[in-house]
Amino acid sequence: MNNLYHQHILSNGLKVLMKEISTAPLISTWVWYRIGSKDEPSGRTGISHWVEHMQFKGTRQYPASMLDKAISRDGGMWNAFTYLDWTTYFETMPADKIDLALRLEADRMVHSTYAPQEVASERTVVISEREGSENEPLFLLGEAIQQAAFRIHPYHHEILGDLADLRSIRRDDLYQHYKTYYKPNNAVLSIAGDFKSRTMLKRIRELFEGIPAGSPPPRLARPEPNVRGEHRLTVEGPGETTYLQICYHTPASSHPDFFPLTVLDSLLAGPSSLNMFGGGGISNKTSRLYRALIEKELAVSVNGNLSVTSDPYLYTLTLTVHPRHTAEELLAAFDDEVKRIQDERTPKEEITRAIKQARALFAYGSENITNQAFWLGHAEMFATYEWFLTYLEKLAQVTPADLQKAAQDYLRPQNRVVGIYHPTNLQEAA
Amino acid sequence: MNPRQRSARTATSSGLPGPEDTVRSVLPNGITVLARANFNSPSVVIGGYLQVGSLFDPDEKLGLADFTALALMRGTERQDVQQIFDALESAGANLSFSAGTHTTGFSGRSLSEDLPLILSTLTEVLRQPTFPAEQIEKLRAQLLTGLSIRAQDTADMASLTFDQILFTGHPYARPEDGWPETIQTIRRKDLASFHRRRYGARGMIVAVAGAIEPQQAVEQVQEALGDWENPDQTDPPPLPPLRPLKKTTLRKVKIPGKSQSDIVIGTSGPSRKDPEFMPASLGNSILGQFGMSGRIGNIVRKKSGLAYYAYSSLSAGIGPGSWEVSSGVNPGNVQKAMDLICKEIAHFIKKGISAEELADSQSNFVGRLPLSLESNAGVVNALLHMERFDLGLDYYRRYPDLVRSVTMEQVVSTARKYFDPDLLAIAIAGP
Repeated sequence: MNNLYHQHILSNGLKVLMKEISTAPLISTWVWYRIGSKDEPSGRTGISHWVEHMQFKGTRQYPASMLDKAISRDGGMWNAFTYLDWTTYFETMPADKIDLALRLEADRMVHSTYAPQEVASERTVVISEREGSENEPLFLLGEAIQQAAFRIHPYHHEILGDLADLRSIRRDDLYQHYKTYYKPNNAVLSIAGDFKSRTMLKRIRELFEGIPAGSPPPRLARPEPNVRGEHRLTVEGPGETTYLQICYHTPASSHPDFFPLTVLDSLLAGPSSLNMFGGGGISNKTSRLYRALIEKELAVSVNGNLSVTSDPYLYTLTLTVHPRHTAEELLAAFDDEVKRIQDERTPKEEITRAIKQARALFAYGSENITNQAFWLGHAEMFATYEWFLTYLEKLAQVTPADLQKAAQDYLRPQNRVVGIYHPTNLQEAA
Repeated sequence: MNPRQRSARTATSSGLPGPEDTVRSVLPNGITVLARANFNSPSVVIGGYLQVGSLFDPDEKLGLADFTALALMRGTERQDVQQIFDALESAGANLSFSAGTHTTGFSGRSLSEDLPLILSTLTEVLRQPTFPAEQIEKLRAQLLTGLSIRAQDTADMASLTFDQILFTGHPYARPEDGWPETIQTIRRKDLASFHRRRYGARGMIVAVAGAIEPQQAVEQVQEALGDWENPDQTDPPPLPPLRPLKKTTLRKVKIPGKSQSDIVIGTSGPSRKDPEFMPASLGNSILGQFGMSGRIGNIVRKKSGLAYYAYSSLSAGIGPGSWEVSSGVNPGNVQKAMDLICKEIAHFIKKGISAEELADSQSNFVGRLPLSLESNAGVVNALLHMERFDLGLDYYRRYPDLVRSVTMEQVVSTARKYFDPDLLAIAIAGP
């Protein structure tokens, strides 16, 4: 992977990052808005995600039916995502067709219509999306843990929003949210693929620079106070399988401790891939928790997830409890393993191994242009693109002492929420 | 004896795979190797399959092929499970197996310098697995947990039930991962015997794409697997014909406590080698894929707001295929969604399609090729697809013409041949 990229800030504040990659005749372009569920007050939860849906409902110039047809006709792929910190829209197209995507994104930064009948039909779609998620035990457990982990900070609520709000949010609320946060000075455009930066920048200027900047959008500044002890909770629901989730409070991803925590996760639960698109992951059968919990038949699966966020969030370990054991027995064995990594200095070779794994996963992700353009913008949402470029170097600098300190500082029972999903074994044949 | 070669030349990844940049070589023991270079990133992907699948499973031991495939890496004559995975994971490499109805597939990836490690692991677990008793019991518990999760998944259960209706009396009605009671009856000796009698080099396909010269990839595969012979390897049993549905059949699976129901409605479809595959595929795109999930997405999601997902899919492989519409809706809206979907299918059959719709989908099929082939994994899938269905190494070069030559009449007559609005299989899973 080459590390060359170009960065410009247009006169209206839109930040543009460009990376030339000529391995395939493709271009992937992403527009990122600094608005996600963390800026939603009570009563408006889920509004950022719903706005994301409304952004596919068309503008006067590009009515909804015309948009998806035009992109699909050219063999493009497009979608959007809403997260805690951001909302993003992307198109990956054959290189000679990318202009359509740029015109569309410039247009829907300002001209989306939010027709009342479209708001009405999308209300039941976002409710349906939530109902589908509620079918999953791990969604129900995760949501309960999030609420327990954050009392003040708006990371408290699910990105999909609460049903009460999805029923009561009105068209004007959605439109107001759009008009407040969808501004060039609150956005980043990242683009990677088969183009020349000078020509591309010229075209981006033509399309985007005329969009006026707005006043800086309001933020909900509600930092979470220090945690004062462990929370434990249970969720009951349909199923035959018990799940255990253990979530530790962790710093923002731009914090230096993020890197020892990444290595810690790799040693405990196996290496996680940064790749949003392509690449896939690798197995975790030689990770410490697999050997201690799965090989000993206390659990049937384990995985770790250190989320990438702009504010302090969570490191989550998800375990499927073995049918012959209880969640409490599993938690006790888990705690023994965590204690070991806190008490004993990790051999340097184990860290070196984690770095090699990260390097391989990084290489797999670089095959994919969509993934490259994703990171070019995503890193800007919580740090800068340099964070991504120096990611492997930073991991390589982690010492056994750093690792031990991170384990001692963060993996304390007082710093966590433990959640158990108890199945009610309701299944019966019709 | 040297491998027989049809062509050899170093490739670049900028174009579509073709005969001059893909090496295809048949080893004397019956393994076909395909390879294509891509030096854009320092990694390599390997994929392939053996001619062994759940077709061999007795009803009372359904899931045997899958269990065997998953147990291969749990220990060999030379290494235990921790040693096998320690080597792979230390290199940031991956290798995994899974069984389907006809074949058992494998896929792996590594930095290109570690391809020999992947190949030596592949050959060792394929040829010398020991199925250690303790590991088999651990794996069994994992499989059983997987099946309890499946039993609670409305989408999985609707899809499984749909296959049971559509393929009644045919092996395709059986889930490859079996049932809790069949997984319980499988003994260690069943796995060992299944492996001894069914696994072999004959008919095996291996594809490699990535930062390695294709000829070198072929040589590495030959070195690892070229001397594998199993004189006991048996051929799969023949597929019986599909008995067509005699009337619309609806079956419900009750999963209490769920907040959403899943619906699958459909019929049979052509096999992949059938000339009707391409017209059916374009018809499927118009019905429930193109843009935001075609006509089905338009009516169920966009216009009615009934579902987050509603789309159609065509599954075409070796034997008879299926053509189905899937959607997840509020339990109170099941009937409404079903009516809308059935009405849309009937409309599609009766009124046919427009020239514009066909041109749109044709353009999409051709335009999306570079995207589907940009990564090594995409290229490996393409190589395996060409080989499995005898499409020829020039398939992706001919593909635009194949797509564009399909007429409206062909799409409509194919859709009418398979879809009869009065003869549908309907499965619903929910509270």
